[in-house]
Amino acid sequence: MSRKPYVREIPKGSWYLRQGRYMRYMGREVTSLFVGAYALFLLLALKRLSEGQAAYEAFLEGLSSPLGVLFQIITLLFVLYHTTSWFNLTPKAMPVQRGEEFLPGGVIVGAHYAGWVLLSLVVLFLAGVF
Amino acid sequence: MNERQIQLEVLRYNPETDDEPRFQTYSVPCPDEWVVLDALNYVKDNLDTTLSYRWSCHMAVCGSCGMMINGEPTLSCKAFLRDYPDHIRVEPLAHFPIERDLVTVIDDFMGKLSRAKPYLIPKEEKAIEEGEYRQSPAELKRFKQYTLCINCMLCYAACPQYGLVPAFIGPAAITLAHRYNIDSRDGGRDQRQQVIATNEGVWECSFVGACSEVCPKHVDPAAALQQVKIASTVDWYKEHLMPWGGKS
Repeated sequence: MSRKPYVREIPKGSWYLRQGRYMRYMGREVTSLFVGAYALFLLLALKRLSEGQAAYEAFLEGLSSPLGVLFQIITLLFVLYHTTSWFNLTPKAMPVQRGEEFLPGGVIVGAHYAGWVLLSLVVLFLAGVF
Repeated sequence: MNERQIQLEVLRYNPETDDEPRFQTYSVPCPDEWVVLDALNYVKDNLDTTLSYRWSCHMAVCGSCGMMINGEPTLSCKAFLRDYPDHIRVEPLAHFPIERDLVTVIDDFMGKLSRAKPYLIPKEEKAIEEGEYRQSPAELKRFKQYTLCINCMLCYAACPQYGLVPAFIGPAAITLAHRYNIDSRDGGRDQRQQVIATNEGVWECSFVGACSEVCPKHVDPAAALQQVKIASTVDWYKEHLMPWGGKS
């Protein structure tokens, strides 16, 4: 008997529309572009700073424009989303075994949040908020 | 007595007569304790003897009855009819070629599984009379979860990366490689890394996470793959930044 396996093609442009979990995944992928864009944006800020006071102040003025504020708000929301979704996955990627038992996931996630708060306080301290 | 009838829409493909698959609908009874596999058996026994599908244990152990049930990779022996609407669509596992009806061609997975060397490669060979390779309960616990894989391939059917890039070694094979890599008795990690720490290996994974969501044994392949990524990254830094390639 001859074999004739049938291959079903994956629709290259629309596969992620088939399931909610694929849509959520694509959501993570697309929003990560904003996180990458913000990293470039910070590099640009450093460059402007190195060019002198006038260049940096013009840059800061650009930030206060409605478009600049909107970009920062959207990026902040996406960064928060990526931060929390990654922190919540850390027990899977970095399980910690003590004796026979694994540390509860909440402890590992909590440690990440604690580190986040601590680093944020250090940054605020360096910025002269306190 | 439950009189509910289910419309079971099954993807049929006969390689001898069909150019492409087609759906065929059967009306089957729906007793409370029936799973989709029972409904298929009912069709085979009473309505259409030509229907082909794989199954064996009927208790979520053998891993052979995986299929797409209403679009979701599922073991048909675990899918209770009472949990579904009156119309159930059954298709062969996605991302695998169809051999006939619900039977898929699994050669690709079998090849990848064997390349991942999912067996113990002892650190030190011992003669049988020297006794067994011993292990503490804590060392066992480290990988126990990954031993629960039944090779049902639901994770491959769920993984869009595997669908888009068929060369991807995939969730189960990499997870099983990881299971042996972290086994205290094993010394085969270098051999397995050559297969799994590659572009077609773990780096093809983009952490969609669907594999873990559909796994019927809660193996959590997505977790294993992220751990392999971290370990492989550490390897890379050791090799490139440490004197003597980080080898002591």
